[in-house]
Amino acid sequence: MEKNVKVYSTPACPYCKMVKKFLQDNNVAFEDADVSHDRQKAEEMVKKSGQMGVPVLDIEGKIIIGFDKESIKQALGIRSP
Amino acid sequence: MRMYDLIIIGAGPAGITAGVYAARKRMSSLVITRDIGGQAVWSAEISNYPGYQLISGPDLVAKFEEHLRTYAVALKENERVVGLRKTGSTIIVKTEKGEYDSRTCVVASGKRSQALGVPGEREFKNRGVTYCATCDGPLFADKDAAVIGGGNSALDAALQLMKICRHTYIINTARTLTGDPVMREKVEHNPAVSVLNNTRVTAVLGDTMVNALQIEKDGKQERLSIQGVFVEIGLMPNSDFAPDLEKNALGEIRVNCRSETNIPGIFASGDVTDVPEKQIIVAAGEGAKASLGAFRYLAQNKF
Repeated sequence: MEKNVKVYSTPACPYCKMVKKFLQDNNVAFEDADVSHDRQKAEEMVKKSGQMGVPVLDIEGKIIIGFDKESIKQALGIRSP
Repeated sequence: MRMYDLIIIGAGPAGITAGVYAARKRMSSLVITRDIGGQAVWSAEISNYPGYQLISGPDLVAKFEEHLRTYAVALKENERVVGLRKTGSTIIVKTEKGEYDSRTCVVASGKRSQALGVPGEREFKNRGVTYCATCDGPLFADKDAAVIGGGNSALDAALQLMKICRHTYIINTARTLTGDPVMREKVEHNPAVSVLNNTRVTAVLGDTMVNALQIEKDGKQERLSIQGVFVEIGLMPNSDFAPDLEKNALGEIRVNCRSETNIPGIFASGDVTDVPEKQIIVAAGEGAKASLGAFRYLAQNKF
C-alpha cells in the first residue's frame, strides 16, 4: 500500500540528499518540501516537529527528525536486507 | 562469544576503506558506526579525490558504501561505541547495545563539531542552535543570527547567513578574526554583519525556541537578541571511549607510520589520529594501512 510521505528539506543539506536517495532506492514516492523557499512549509515543519533542523519526514503523520534509517524503515514497513 | 579477526569503529572514508581491505584479506570483520560517511557527507564539492573530477560529499559516500556492501562485511549502523579495552589478547569493544570481542581493532571514529559547553546549548539544539549553516541557515530567513567562532568555518557560515538573515553577529573570543583575509574583508565590509571580538558566549536563552544569547565582553554581561545560533568553533576527535590509548593535547590518537597505537593489535586511522592532513584521500589511505597492519599482526601472532 502506498504511504503518504513528505520530506521537508533544504537544497544543500547532505542528510536531506541521503534521505531522498534512500527513499528513491526503496521505490518510495514522496513529496519534497523545500523549506528554504516556501515559508509556509517551513512553519508547518517547525509546528509538526517542534524544532528547526532538517530533514524532517512525515510518514502518514509519524514525524521523524533527521536521517534515522531504522525509524524510517519501520514507519514504511521496509525489511532490513 | 564470537571472536572477530577485526572490528572497525567508524564508517567514514578511513573505516570504509579498512572494511574493504579486511574483506579482501578474508578477515572476519565487523564495522560498528553511528553513521555512514562521517564528516565527508558535509563536503559540498570534492575535487581532489582521484577518479572524480567533481563529486559531492553525499555522492562520494554513496559510492563508498556501495563498494563496501559488495563484500560480505558485517555492518552495525546507529550504534555508538562507549568503551574499548584490551584484556589479555582479547580486544573488547563496548557499545550502547552490547559487547564484541576481537583480536584486532581499527579506530576510525573521526571528529565531531565541538560544542560550546554553555547552559542552554543542548536544550536548544535544533531549536535555534545548529552546527550546520548550509543545512539549517535557510530556516532563519529575515531573522537575526549569531555565528560563534572566528576561523574559516565561522566566516563561511557568516558569508552564507548574511545573504539570508536580517542581521548576522560573529561572536569571537579572540582579538581579531582568524580566518582567511579574503573572507574577513567580505564580512567586515557588510553592513548586515557585526563582528564582536573579545566576546564569549555564556548562555543560550529562550522559551520553546532560542531568543537570545548571554555574552560577556570586557567582564560585562550583555544580552543579545537573536533567533539562530550557529556554532563553528572547530572539531573534536571522537576518542573519549578509549582512555587507554595515547593521545596528543587535542585528544587525537597517536599513531606511528604503521598506523599502530600504543596498544598492540589496536590501530587507528583518519581524522581521529594525529596524522596531520585531514583529507578524505589521506583518511582512506590510512584506513588501508591500518587494515593491512591488523592482517599482519594476526599472521604474526598465530591466534
